Amino acid sequence: MALAARQAPPAQAPAARAGGRGRLAWLRASSRRLTGERSFLRYATGVAALLPLLALVGIVAILAAKAWPAMKLNGAGFFWRSVWDPGNTYGAPVKTDGVLHPVGAHYGALPLIVGTLASSAIAVLFAVPLSIGAALAVVEKLPRRASHVLGMFLELLAGIPSVVFGLWGILTLGPVLSRDVYPAVASIMPDVPVLRFFRGDTGYGEGLMTAGLVLGVMIIPIVAATTRDLLRQVPVLTKEGAAALGMSDWEVASKVSIPWVRAGMIGASVLGLARALGETMAVAMVSGSLLGTVPANLYGKMGTIASTIVQQLDGAFSDGTGFAVRTLAEFALLLAVITLLTNIAARLLVRKVAATALPVGRGV
Amino acid sequence: MGAPGADGAVPAGAGPDVLLGEGGPGATLDLYGRPSWARRTASLAGWGACMLATGLIGVPLIWVIYGVAGRAVPHWHWSVITETTTSTGGGGLANEIAGTLVLMAGVVVLAGSVGVLSGVYLAEYAKGSLGSLLRSGSEVLAGIPSIVLGYVGYIALVIGLHWQFSLAAALITLSLLTVPYIAKSTEVAMRQVPTAYREGADALGLPELTTLRRVTLEAALPGVTTGLLVAIAISLGETAPLLYTAGFTDNMPGLSLTHAPVGYLTYAVWTFYNQPSTAFQNLSYDAALVLVVLVLLLIIASRLIVALTQKHTESN
Repeated sequence: MALAARQAPPAQAPAARAGGRGRLAWLRASSRRLTGERSFLRYATGVAALLPLLALVGIVAILAAKAWPAMKLNGAGFFWRSVWDPGNTYGAPVKTDGVLHPVGAHYGALPLIVGTLASSAIAVLFAVPLSIGAALAVVEKLPRRASHVLGMFLELLAGIPSVVFGLWGILTLGPVLSRDVYPAVASIMPDVPVLRFFRGDTGYGEGLMTAGLVLGVMIIPIVAATTRDLLRQVPVLTKEGAAALGMSDWEVASKVSIPWVRAGMIGASVLGLARALGETMAVAMVSGSLLGTVPANLYGKMGTIASTIVQQLDGAFSDGTGFAVRTLAEFALLLAVITLLTNIAARLLVRKVAATALPVGRGV
Repeated sequence: MGAPGADGAVPAGAGPDVLLGEGGPGATLDLYGRPSWARRTASLAGWGACMLATGLIGVPLIWVIYGVAGRAVPHWHWSVITETTTSTGGGGLANEIAGTLVLMAGVVVLAGSVGVLSGVYLAEYAKGSLGSLLRSGSEVLAGIPSIVLGYVGYIALVIGLHWQFSLAAALITLSLLTVPYIAKSTEVAMRQVPTAYREGADALGLPELTTLRRVTLEAALPGVTTGLLVAIAISLGETAPLLYTAGFTDNMPGLSLTHAPVGYLTYAVWTFYNQPSTAFQNLSYDAALVLVVLVLLLIIASRLIVALTQKHTESN
């Protein structure tokens, strides 16, 4: 549009240019074009387009400024310590390296990093096979009406608020699992590496496994919808060619369609992972909120970075030195960096396959 | 899977004996020219697993809705949506419902205008490296967890600017979350408007603003609407960015933008469910039910609106 406007002079220009007054009118018209609504529109929309980028820079700057003293004092050991001690917030604060903090304040991020990664990993392991299976069935096998129904289901699942999943997880799913499922699983698992984490105290339904499963349900929409849209882009001719070679429809689906969109499917899973890493409310409700200790097994109480920020921010203000709030800023920065890297990886992978509109939006 | 091609070429009328000699272990076709037993089993097992997965996706959804409805419906009173919450847990959720609606409307106005304008710029003017910088900035913003935005909103707006818990702080935080979605869907929709439309408008000598308003943006209306609906759904369901920006109050939302907290539905679910009083617990379940119903209504409305706008733009 802009290009066309630049090339084409106003329609009446050649005639108008003949006389002096006409030339003036033409000049006025072109100056209006230059400074009038054309540039107004361009600037107004340009400012709006700049806002998200400015906001992003502002967010990172605020977080970094707030977190910097905490980063200095917590040091690199912050990432592998397992401790959560706000210190004596009633006593006189002390200064170390120029940073004011309560006596004995000591924070470590390891339990929360482990909790965040482990619960998201459980979510992905649970959600991805289900999502790929359902997407395959809907695209390659089931009638169109079933695809509409699944689409509606995914839309609903994506729309249900996080707190409602949390409520369901803590009141319904957790108790059922800890009564009927976890003890049975724990009793049959052998004492060998990896499977050992399925053994031991199964708790009361609050903990890593329940949080992971609730997260899994919550990321199904984004993984399934993205995979479905990718599978629909596999060219019909390629699939028909494979069928003409004698492949059954399952072989076409598993040996042609899936490899065709493999990178995109990995991208969809990583997109789901990014969503799980940042999910807050549902995890805060079902995790059991344990601070400072890495859970001993898969049923143990835990916390994630996001759930801890939301639960601790209120109490952090009882630390008059502001050190607790600064440490939470360091956690927020850490979480932002983790999800940022995951998102970038996912989008690169999905874009490799789907050059057109990316399926943004919450899931569907 | 190269072999079945050769085997499959056997005339349909050929008897089993034609193939008998070729069929060894691992043959891809059986005596009757059908896919071998192993292939049929694999196919059956594969599709069976896929169908099972499809069914399993429905289980948690129905379970969640059933669980919420099962707790809320038995003690449901219509006063829940007409009375405001009292400090003892009596009353209803009128202030939370009104607050959620105010937040939704505010997001549509604030994030809607910024998002649509931003999408227009990205589709019409942003070229080259500036365009991709703006686009990736917006995408990165969409990927930041909502609790991080809530934290920054609290530090910068509630405390830094002394707005206290307020509508303005909540709206700005929610808008940061939703603008990228609106901008993206507007941009994608505007890019799909045929160039001929723009050339036609230019040939008619339409001013640029008129072209945008009556031609390109109007043709992109379904996409813009989808983006706005996603933003509405987010403002309905988010809690983390609101907890420390909107605060909470038992009163109905007022007109002041700052220094006045706003109640909203997700707060009721999050805070009331583990209160000792059953009145509060019941309110929590009621709020969850109202949320689920609102999500359902929103999905139905969005289908209707998108269908309507599509019809509208096609008839033009």
